[in-house]
Amino acid sequence: MAYEVGGKTFESDEEGYLVDLASWNEELAGLIAKDEEIDMTDEHWEVVNFLRDYYNEYQIAPAVRVLVKAIKKKFGAEKGSNKYLYELFPYGPAKQACKIAGLPKPTGCV
Amino acid sequence: MSEEIEFDTAGITKKFMYVNRKAPYGTIYALEVLEAVLISAAFEQHAAIVFIDDGVYQIKKGQDTAAINMKNFSKTYGIIEMEKEDADEDEDMDMVWRIIVEKESMEARGLSADDFVVDVEVLPSAELAKVMAEQDVVISG
Repeated sequence: MAYEVGGKTFESDEEGYLVDLASWNEELAGLIAKDEEIDMTDEHWEVVNFLRDYYNEYQIAPAVRVLVKAIKKKFGAEKGSNKYLYELFPYGPAKQACKIAGLPKPTGCV
Repeated sequence: MSEEIEFDTAGITKKFMYVNRKAPYGTIYALEVLEAVLISAAFEQHAAIVFIDDGVYQIKKGQDTAAINMKNFSKTYGIIEMEKEDADEDEDMDMVWRIIVEKESMEARGLSADDFVVDVEVLPSAELAKVMAEQDVVISG
């Protein structure tokens, strides 16, 4: 599989996860989001950008628990819940938000 | 998806010790133990993460894995440090984490506490044995 943005081709695996992390850009993220049937709002970008920062620092995607806590700390208590994250990413924040952020598929279940 | 999904992590809390004894690459032990440590964070368990023998190399600064074509996961140990700080700060959270390096192993390899990617407690073997005796579960890798 592959994505095409602005005349460029970006390779992805069979589930739509980007192969080359470094090739990610916001336009491409928008296209992946469209495939996931998600309209990207500022709130979606907060999560996606957080995931990218976290991955850059620690080389893995955060556990859902860590994500919830971090979002709460950074963006306020009303955003710090699983419910909030599932409203943004109905098929799972880990799975969908990581895909849009251009990160590999999360391996763990926590 | 109207119902709030709650992860019930309240319940039994045990003291886990993870004993890392092997060099970071070449075997899967280091990475697997690290995964297990992160899972114990998800369940808010107590954890003592210990580095002994060549295990001390797992958290050595300045790792470069390009030539062996493996992911450098030394930065991932930063999560352990972050979890420890979280647990220390959050009064509602009953979770005690310690990151310990055995003094003898560290010194035998010409290393000091400044050579690690995370802040560590350096304990001599005899002290470490006491900490080990206090644990409910010891997992070695």
